[in-house]
Amino acid sequence: MKAAAFEYAAPRSLSEAHALLREHGEDARLLAGGQSLMPVLALRLASPAILVDLNRVAGLDELRGTSAGDLLTGAMVRTRTLELSAEVARTQPLLHAAVPWIAHVQIRNRGTLGGSLSHADPAAELPAVAMASDATLIIAGARGTREQPAHAFFTGLFGTTLAPDEILTGVRWPAWPTGRRHGFVEVARRHGDYAIVGVALTVDLDPDRLVTGARVVVFGAADTAVRASAVEAALIGQPAGEPLAAAAAGHASDGLDARGDLQASAEYRRELAPVLVRRALLQAFGLSAPRAPR
Amino acid sequence: MSDPRAQARPDPTRPAIGQPLARVEDERFLTGAARFVDDWVLPDLLHAVVVRSPHASGRLRSLETSQARAMPGVVAVYAWADIAACARTIPVRLAPLPGFDRFLQAPLAQDCVRYVGEPVAMVVATSRALAEDAAERVEVDIDPGPVVASLADALAARASVHEAGTDNVASRYTVSRGDPASAFAAAAYRRRETFRCHRQTALPLETRGLVARHDPVAGRLQVWGASKVTFFNRRWLAAALDMPESSVELIELDVGGSFGVRGELYPEDFLVPFAARQLGRPVKWIEDRREHLIATNHSREIECELEIACTAQGEVLGLRGRVLGDLGAYVRTNGGVVPAKAAQFLPGPYRIPNCEFEVVALLTHRTPVGTYRGPGRYEANFFRERLLDLAARDLGIDPVELRRRNLIGPDEMPFDCGVLCPYEPATQYDTGDYPMALERALDAVGGGRALPAPGRDERGRLTAFGVACFVESSGAGPAENARLRVLPDGRIEVGTGCSTMGQGHETVLAQIASDAMGLPVDRFVVHHGSTTLVEHGYGTYHSRAVVVGGSAVDLAARKLVARCAALLAQRSGLEPSMVDCREGRFMHRTGGAVLGTFAQLGAEAAAGDAEAIAATQVEDRFEVRKRTYTYGTHVAEVAVDPETAEVEVLRHLAVEDIGRAVNPLLVHGQAIGAAVQGLSAAFLDELVYDAAGQLLTGTLADYRVATADGFPRVEAITLEEHRSPHNPLGVKGAGEGGIVATAAAVANAVATALAPLGVTLTELPLSPERLARALRAARASPPPPA
Repeated sequence: MKAAAFEYAAPRSLSEAHALLREHGEDARLLAGGQSLMPVLALRLASPAILVDLNRVAGLDELRGTSAGDLLTGAMVRTRTLELSAEVARTQPLLHAAVPWIAHVQIRNRGTLGGSLSHADPAAELPAVAMASDATLIIAGARGTREQPAHAFFTGLFGTTLAPDEILTGVRWPAWPTGRRHGFVEVARRHGDYAIVGVALTVDLDPDRLVTGARVVVFGAADTAVRASAVEAALIGQPAGEPLAAAAAGHASDGLDARGDLQASAEYRRELAPVLVRRALLQAFGLSAPRAPR
Repeated sequence: MSDPRAQARPDPTRPAIGQPLARVEDERFLTGAARFVDDWVLPDLLHAVVVRSPHASGRLRSLETSQARAMPGVVAVYAWADIAACARTIPVRLAPLPGFDRFLQAPLAQDCVRYVGEPVAMVVATSRALAEDAAERVEVDIDPGPVVASLADALAARASVHEAGTDNVASRYTVSRGDPASAFAAAAYRRRETFRCHRQTALPLETRGLVARHDPVAGRLQVWGASKVTFFNRRWLAAALDMPESSVELIELDVGGSFGVRGELYPEDFLVPFAARQLGRPVKWIEDRREHLIATNHSREIECELEIACTAQGEVLGLRGRVLGDLGAYVRTNGGVVPAKAAQFLPGPYRIPNCEFEVVALLTHRTPVGTYRGPGRYEANFFRERLLDLAARDLGIDPVELRRRNLIGPDEMPFDCGVLCPYEPATQYDTGDYPMALERALDAVGGGRALPAPGRDERGRLTAFGVACFVESSGAGPAENARLRVLPDGRIEVGTGCSTMGQGHETVLAQIASDAMGLPVDRFVVHHGSTTLVEHGYGTYHSRAVVVGGSAVDLAARKLVARCAALLAQRSGLEPSMVDCREGRFMHRTGGAVLGTFAQLGAEAAAGDAEAIAATQVEDRFEVRKRTYTYGTHVAEVAVDPETAEVEVLRHLAVEDIGRAVNPLLVHGQAIGAAVQGLSAAFLDELVYDAAGQLLTGTLADYRVATADGFPRVEAITLEEHRSPHNPLGVKGAGEGGIVATAAAVANAVATALAPLGVTLTELPLSPERLARALRAARASPPPPA
């Protein structure tokens, strides 16, 4: 299991990285933490002509709060940094809760936020968390920077809106309003495995515990993480509680284009989605305690 | 040393046998100083990569190697034509059932390929990466044929794995004892079920690997990376290469696990030494993990239709059925062991007087099959113990009580098993109190006379216990040699024909020799794993290293002491019986002056004294007459989430009586490790093929095995109640009892938890997908009769 020969470049700046992407086009692959790409190379499932290593590009690993209360995270922030950050814990409770479910510590030490989002594995936690958090992705192209909401970024199995010469450089996580709650659950074969199905959600409760907003994201079940809009619609305006969790979760598989693969059939995934949505809602409503990863 | 019982140093006031000594091997393993085959680097070393068939079935139209040969750094590319002059088929070492010789594999495919991963060529280059690059340029043109991708395909025989138009039966036989027909005809209760165990592989942490060097001047071939059965492999390799056996040396380095699959003869065991001799340069081949999953033996895939006959009171009168075993595409070294043992162990630890089993060994277009820790037993225990639970439920008898009524008691020993394995003589369970092990397990889980009742936990999960009883054979023959030599400094060198794959034999054999010679454990240096150490050797399999190899060490050590005593007695004009050996010093029985020491005799031998050499260099041999049988009970406690089909193993307990534990610490490690391996297989490990014979679980991302946190509460209780009379130490094997009843116990626990929902479990693995399907089926069908 040796990768086929490839060229390697380690640019120091985004403009150098862009120049390399322009020069090599589709033959180039960006290397971030390498936790997905390196095994793919070793198995010779991909043989890019050149790897453009982002690890030495200045300014991509920043993590800071803004005066507006948003959180800005660079694409090269390690997953482990997110996990241990007091700023993340304080401002982005869902992200903080979800990160320990990602793989194992060794992988979180190397894996990056931008790498996971750009790779767009349908069963990965970070794309779903970004969607449920209303995060905005910051994308630098040769001709300037664009911003895109996370829910519009993922186009299909391992597919995103990134053009070949674009680089995801960071994520903006908007400040949480008062009354926002979260829930996170997943079912996986082993601790650290990609989820068979997982749910990341946030709900906004008014002082009377009526639901005023909801972002319910089911991941692992379809070709991308998906918003369960029928669940969200069933939640709005209703009082938080066990009956609502059960009733709304019943819509989790509505319109879900569940995929079947080696570890789980589409049928099993469709069965899991409502169970996990209900459990995540109960967490968000404060009616059950979140569980730490095994 | 995380285990609080581990002793770093032996207590000299007590016998060495029985002390939980930390392994002498630990220091090199833990400091990174151990030397595995990939650490073995020789000057001028070349690297080999095997080109494997991408198709499960087909005719090899052409093999174009010129492009690969022309690449810089490529030294050679071998195809069938290059090796045909001396290549032999891989032999059947064990369980040679009639008909098997029609299905043997040559080291490279000749005109047909029969499984994905079958070697078709080997590239040798100056680096591994170049060899992989070149391997991609070897153009293998295969005309794909119809595929026999499952046991069902094999039985249907719409396509043939070997000669066209033949069925896919490699061998078929029936064994029996008692009068099963009459017993079943008269029985008040009968039930028949079909059970399945899935394809798995042992997955040692270190994959296979070899380094071979041929010295044309000395006419000598050395092969590093050997393991398990080095002497058998040497004999075959020497014959294949037309070399005298004494000119071929197979050398075992440190080995990162075998569990049965590593150290058997594989195609590479011929190809790598062959290339080294052809090229006059040393050649290394290291199996990568993807290769390992298609090239190293698979195991465990058995389908069993099993019927039980009982009285209304739950006395089991008979067991009969059919075992369908998958051998893969070729019959390999382990022959029919897996299905044969799956049938032989169906009655297990119960007296069941009437049995009849048909065994059908089938061929499929998949990776060949071999033994994996507890071969056949893991499967058989699952089939039988599951059926016992179903019968207990039908009969309204507590499952523990049903077992209690049928377990073989101490007054029935030795218990005659008859001939349930056609290539072995009649066998007997040697000693034991099988019900006692069951009671000990119940005591440990606080169950009293029965298992604790099923319930629900605070998360709404269904909780339940499951039980499984087993008997496990160990100490297979034919024999083992040990050679002891006194060194000039008084230390004793011990050579054994056994090999070691991480078990700690260097420590354990020293403990045995220590007691036999009355010397401290640290006076012994144990060597293993080279075909130059002893005249003959057999290896390490069937939990035999301590039983057989240890007994040989015991015999040789005692012989050495006697010879030294006789020599010193003769010099002093004493009767040999008047000379005692105490802590390495020989003296008159009544005390007095020291007549001599091991160090002194060792120095005389080193100086060439013929008498001293004869006294201080001793080889002896232990011949196995009868096997030893351990036995025990596993209990599992699980929590099943009926909404998600997830199972958590809350607790797993393995109780086994091994007669006598030479090193309780290492025995405990064996038991725990085996149980985790078995639990992993019950839930996770599964080799999945599609209808085209492609392995879908080709990496460790898909072939999932338990990680360290998977089963946090696994316990083992080792009993030393009933020694074996069949060896001088009284020991029984300790390597496999921890695994053989894991799936049985945990499946019974899951089935008990889900029984109120109308679920019946007859198949492994207990994956969420499979359990979800069972739950769905139960929901769709009417509830079971109350």
